[in-house]
Amino acid sequence: MTTFLQTLMDAISVGSLYALIALGYTMVYGVLRFINFAHGDVFMLGAWFSFWVTTKFGWAGEGAHPSIPRALTVMAIAMALCGLLGYLIERLAYRPLRFAPRLNVLITAIGVSLLLQNTGQLKYVFGTENQRMPTLLPATTLATVAGVNITLIDVIIVAGSLVLMGVLDRLVYRSRMGMAMRAVAFDPHTASLMGVNVNRTVSATFVAGSMLAAAAGFLYATKYPNLNQPAFSTWTLLGLKAFIAAVVGGIGNIRGAMVGGLLIGLIEQFGVAYSAPLSHGYITGEFKEIYVFALLILVLLVKPSGILGRLTVEKV
Amino acid sequence: MALTLTGCDQQPQQPAVTGGSPVATPGEIVVGQYGSLTGSEATFGQTTDEGVRLAVEERNATGGIKGRKIKLVTYDDRSNAQEAGTVVTRLITQDKAVAILGEVASTRSIAGGRVAQQYGVPMVSPSSTNPTVTDIGDMIFRVCFIDPFQGTVMAKFSHENLKLTKVAVLYDKGQAYSTGLSNYFQQAFKEMGGTITAVETYKGGDPDFSAQLTTIRNSGAEAIYIPGYYNEVASIALQARKLGIPNSVPLMGGDGWESPKLAEIAGEAVEGCYFSNHYAPEDERAEVKEFIAKYKAKYNGVTPGALAASGYDAANILFDAMGRAPSLSGADLAKALAETKNFKAVTGLITINKSRNADKSAVVLQMKGGTPVYVATVEPPKK
Repeated sequence: MTTFLQTLMDAISVGSLYALIALGYTMVYGVLRFINFAHGDVFMLGAWFSFWVTTKFGWAGEGAHPSIPRALTVMAIAMALCGLLGYLIERLAYRPLRFAPRLNVLITAIGVSLLLQNTGQLKYVFGTENQRMPTLLPATTLATVAGVNITLIDVIIVAGSLVLMGVLDRLVYRSRMGMAMRAVAFDPHTASLMGVNVNRTVSATFVAGSMLAAAAGFLYATKYPNLNQPAFSTWTLLGLKAFIAAVVGGIGNIRGAMVGGLLIGLIEQFGVAYSAPLSHGYITGEFKEIYVFALLILVLLVKPSGILGRLTVEKV
Repeated sequence: MALTLTGCDQQPQQPAVTGGSPVATPGEIVVGQYGSLTGSEATFGQTTDEGVRLAVEERNATGGIKGRKIKLVTYDDRSNAQEAGTVVTRLITQDKAVAILGEVASTRSIAGGRVAQQYGVPMVSPSSTNPTVTDIGDMIFRVCFIDPFQGTVMAKFSHENLKLTKVAVLYDKGQAYSTGLSNYFQQAFKEMGGTITAVETYKGGDPDFSAQLTTIRNSGAEAIYIPGYYNEVASIALQARKLGIPNSVPLMGGDGWESPKLAEIAGEAVEGCYFSNHYAPEDERAEVKEFIAKYKAKYNGVTPGALAASGYDAANILFDAMGRAPSLSGADLAKALAETKNFKAVTGLITINKSRNADKSAVVLQMKGGTPVYVATVEPPKK
């Protein structure tokens, strides 16, 4: 029972992070119909910006006192920086290719991803070494239920993700900008004929997605304070899992991304926790990714449009 | 998937720390070195390189080898096994290295060693401990002990010194070093009458170990043996403490823990933990004291770790063999290396045995206040 509850808690916590990142993939796909492969790197930079801001403010080492206002400040700055970055990526790299074949945009996205990773590991940016994210949130255990420690950090991750997803949901379904986003996603030409500013809407989509990725990056850095260097495989893999979460949930569908993220978290955590005892030690923790990719294959076979996705007929 | 192309593996490597002009001047002996100067085990390559450079500098100051200066060419493999094979090919075919020094991580030593063996160029690994490294062929040597012994060291220490009977194991299935050490430890610990309560694995680069640690926590282990590399060990230690595994359950490991980054990142979480290593800076032997003094003078007063000492030893044993060999051909050099006997190295008295490994003792260190402190010495079994 303890194992079950502990695993459930870890799964929800990790799954919320995947969901936050997945939203960025799915929003851009919804509006522009292409996969922004640089999105995982924006998440990575969100984590590293958080580290950078914290050390710049002298909140590392001797000055490291956990405090929630500090944590919020750092997260807000990281979100602002990544929002700006998202705007610039769209403006400089993707907008000139808006009417180019989709393959060109996809390859450009890979280029942007490489650019961000390699710039990140420059000596004068973040370097090639691991860094320890200073402690911004107290490592308090709020309660112990049936032998499971419920820590403040996990509660903040889940609550923070829920709040951000709620805000996004309102933005997309209850605001004028959201209506514009949905209109552009439905038919960009008609939307622009109806007076929707397509460029501004697309920019807003990138900014919102990048800010969510930055928030995920900040939360990730507080949960896993050992930050790997910007071009490390950890980041690529996290980005990839979030992308799978978006596909599993139904790419282009915002609520689908949330469901997909949680599902990926559940699959990998329960897979690892129960595989060794059930298989008498033959299958162990390193199969973690296999569960995730197997789920992707299964979903693509059974319901290619994703769990909440709708089948769309490709317009020729 | 397109994203797999975007990993950190694709950019061309740059020649790193090299001495002097890009092309060796006539009369210079080119010695190649490859190591993880960047990437997940960056401090391995960096500290080893510092030891090697110190040895080269010293040797050149005292006249080099038979009057010829040594030119060290170093390439970074970015903690990547494929890259290790590529840079060793480059060292041999382009830079015409007569011998190779490297790597620390066994998986990368195996990748580089296969290339060196194929070209018939001797390679000396300073600190790769997986037994299969020197099994590659007669050109591959090492100046450290091997894991069948290192695994026994920790088993013996936890059984006899710490009086533990229940230990869990968590290792990296993607690293030859980690899987080997895990097996040898389990075997030895069971033979001593201990119980392995849980065996869990992870994959290098994974940030999250909570599911594995939950299983281990519920297995009632008195200690956890984690024969991995410092980067993941730091993350594992932090998450273990967060999950409620107290510091009274020590984590134990091997020489892969050797890095200042471990304490820098994990801090309190690794306090009191134990790991086996090649040498302890507290050693009173003259070679150790002299090495520490020289190293501190060159590198801003930093106390050298075991990997720096191993790098220094590997280079010196290679230079010693070069001095004795009739020519610098691969065969002559390999023969001279194989004849190394009772060499007074920093990490101990080194004799290269028939399997081209070094027979020597290991030490156990404990993390105290962020630095590893000497606890015990374990001698190799007498044959």
